[in-house]
Amino acid sequence: MAENKSVIGTKNKKGQTYTDTWQLMNEAPRTPSFYTGSEVIKEALRRASCDVMIAYPITPQSEAAALIGELFAEGYIGDYFRGESEFAVMSQCAGAAFGGARVFTTTAGPGTMRAMENFPMWAGARLPIQMIVTCRGINSPLSIQPDTLEIAYLLNTGMLVWHAETAQDFFDWILKGYMVSEEPDVHLPLALCCDGFFVTHTKDVVNLTPADMCLPPYDPYRSPVPCMDMECPPVRMMRDPFIMKSNYISYATHASWQQEVWAAVERSRKHTIKWLNGLIETENADADVLIVASGTAVSQGREAIRLLEDEGMRVGLVKVKALRPWPGEEIREATKNAKHIFVPEFNVTGWLAKEIKASIPNSERVHAGPRVCGGMTMPPEIIVQEIKTALGMKSMSLAGRGS
Amino acid sequence: MSKERIKIAPEMYDIMPPEYQDLVNRATYGKEDRGWKDIGTTKELIEEHSLCAGCPESMAFRYILASLPAPEDTVMVGSTGCTSLVFPMVAVHNIHSLFGNQNAIASGLKRALSVRFPGKVKDVVVLAGDGATVDIGLDMTLQAWFRQEKFTTICFDNELYANTGGQESGLMQKGFVAKMAPVGKQFDKVRLPEIARESGCHYVVQCTVSKPSLIEKVVRNAVLVARELGPTYLQLYTPCILEIGKNSMEGLQEMRDSEKPTERFAYKEFVSEPAKQFLAELAAKDKERKAASKQLAGSTQEA
Repeated sequence: MAENKSVIGTKNKKGQTYTDTWQLMNEAPRTPSFYTGSEVIKEALRRASCDVMIAYPITPQSEAAALIGELFAEGYIGDYFRGESEFAVMSQCAGAAFGGARVFTTTAGPGTMRAMENFPMWAGARLPIQMIVTCRGINSPLSIQPDTLEIAYLLNTGMLVWHAETAQDFFDWILKGYMVSEEPDVHLPLALCCDGFFVTHTKDVVNLTPADMCLPPYDPYRSPVPCMDMECPPVRMMRDPFIMKSNYISYATHASWQQEVWAAVERSRKHTIKWLNGLIETENADADVLIVASGTAVSQGREAIRLLEDEGMRVGLVKVKALRPWPGEEIREATKNAKHIFVPEFNVTGWLAKEIKASIPNSERVHAGPRVCGGMTMPPEIIVQEIKTALGMKSMSLAGRGS
Repeated sequence: MSKERIKIAPEMYDIMPPEYQDLVNRATYGKEDRGWKDIGTTKELIEEHSLCAGCPESMAFRYILASLPAPEDTVMVGSTGCTSLVFPMVAVHNIHSLFGNQNAIASGLKRALSVRFPGKVKDVVVLAGDGATVDIGLDMTLQAWFRQEKFTTICFDNELYANTGGQESGLMQKGFVAKMAPVGKQFDKVRLPEIARESGCHYVVQCTVSKPSLIEKVVRNAVLVARELGPTYLQLYTPCILEIGKNSMEGLQEMRDSEKPTERFAYKEFVSEPAKQFLAELAAKDKERKAASKQLAGSTQEA
C-alpha cells in the first residue's frame, strides 16, 4: 500500500533523481536542443518514470513509438511491446493502468478511430493513461497528411484533451499532463494532440530539462477507485450487478457515474490552469479582429498577424491550449470586445469554431475559417485574405484559388 | 496480498457486513491445497449470483474460484456476457471493460503487475464466454498466445450468445437452428483447442464441468503452467439450459451426455513438452510433501 516515505531526491535504477515536478518544470536548468517532434516525445518519456508503453505503427506517430522502444531497451521504461491493433493497444493500456502502472501510448488518425470504443471506457474506469494523438486524415480516400478531425471525436469521451502548438509545448505538456491526470480528484486519461508532420517531423529548438532528473513515480493508491492488484481487500464491488438491470437505481447509478466523470473533467480545470499557466494564451486581445486557434493553426495565425501588421492592421490572437476542460469563460472574456473572430482550422468541419460559437454571445462574430483539410497547408496569406474578404477589404488574389 | 491486510480492526468488527467477516474468518485465501472440497465448509469467494437456477456456468464459477492456487494474488479479467452478472460478487479483484478485449486487458495487466511486483506471484486469469473469446475477441485471444503472455484463458463455451438471447456463435455446432442462424448454422464448430495448441499454448484442455475434481485439476494446472511458462487455455462446456430448452435439473445430464468419447466435448488435452516436465516435477513435489506430512502425522500419533 501507499508508503508515507517521499521518494523525492532518491535515484531510480538509471541513476535519475526523482524530482518534484514543479521544480523540474519551472526551476531546473534547460538545455536548448534541436530535435524533431518525435525525438522530443522520446526525451519527455525519458524523464516521465513511465511503467508501460504499448506501441503500434501508424504514420505519423510510428517514429515516436519506435524511439520509445529504444528507451525501453536502455532501461528507462518498465515494459514495452507492439500490440496487434489500436483497439487492442488501448485495451492493453487499460489493463496496465488497472494494474497500477503509469501508461503511455501514441496513435493517429484512423488508428484513433479504430480504438474509439476504449476511450469512454478509460474515462469511466478513471484510468490516467496518457495518449499522444499525432493528428492526420481519417477519411477515405486514404491520407496520411495532417488533418485534425479526430480531435472532434475525442471531445465527448470524458478524456482530457489538450492541443499542442509546438514541440516545446509537447515536451512540457507530456510531463505536466501526468501531474493533472493523476490528481486524485481528476484521475482521467489525457489525449495530448498535435498536428502530425508539422510537429512530429519538423525540427525545432526545444529547451529540455536535465536528463538525470525525472518525475516522481505514479502512486496507484491515490486513485479514487481501487487498483486491481489484489493489494487491498477484495470486497464485493457491488451489492447487485446493476449493469444490465432496468430499474431506477441502475439508471441513477449510471447517471451519477457519468456526471462524476464530467465533474472530474471540471475539477481538472484548476490543475490545468496551474500547470499550463492558463487554458488559453492571448496577445492583443483588445483588438477589433481576433484569431482564435489551436495547434499549428496558432503558428499560422501569428504569421498572418505579422503580415497584417506590416499593412498597419492590428489583429489579436487567442491560443486555445486545453479543449477539455473547455475554456469557455476565458474565451468569452478574451473575445468580449472583438467585432470579428476568425477561427483557422486544419479540418473540414470546423469543430473549434462550433465550440467557440456555442460559448460566446453574438456568435455571428465568428468566421469559421479559413479551413484546410486532407493535408493542405495553411499559408498565412489565406488567413489574411479570409480576414480582408470578410471585412470588405481589397485583397490580392491567391494563385490556385480561382479568385 | 498478505492475509493481514484484510483483517478487521476489532473496534470496527461489529459494523462490518457479515459477508466480509466471513471472508476474513472462513475464506481460503492463502490455504495450501485449496480445492472444490472446501465448498460447503468454508466461505466461498463467490457470493450469491443472479444466473438462472441450475445454470452450469454458476457451478463452473464456484469450482474455478475454489481451485485457484493463489486467489489472494489473482486478478481475473471478464468480458461482457452472463459472467458479468457474477463478477461483481466475486471476492478477488476483477476487471470488466469491453466486449471481446479481455485478452488484451489481461496482457497489459499481467505486464503491469510484473513491473510493479517483480519476483512475486501475481496470477491473471481470463474468464469469458465463447462469443467474446472466439468471435469478437479472437484476434486478441490469439495474439496474446502468440506473444506468450503468461496468463490463463478460460472460455465458458455454451455454444451461443446466451446473454443477448441465444444467437449463433462460432463455437455453435453446425446445423443448430438459433437466432441469426434461421436455417441452421452453416459451418463447423471452430476448433479453438487445436488452434490454441498451434498458437503456442502450453496447456490446453477441453471438457465439461460435470466433475468438480477434474475442474480443480485443470484449473490448477493451467494457472501454474501459465505462471511459469506461458499461455494456457481451458474450454469448458457450460450449456445454456435456457437456450437449448432444458430444465434447471437437466444441466448436469446434458454435460454428461456431451462428454462421451464420441461426442463433441470428449476430454481433450494438449500439453507442451516443457509443461509436461513442469507438471511431472510438480506432481513429484506434491507426492513428496504429502508423504512427509503423512509421516509427520504418523510420528506425532506414535509420540
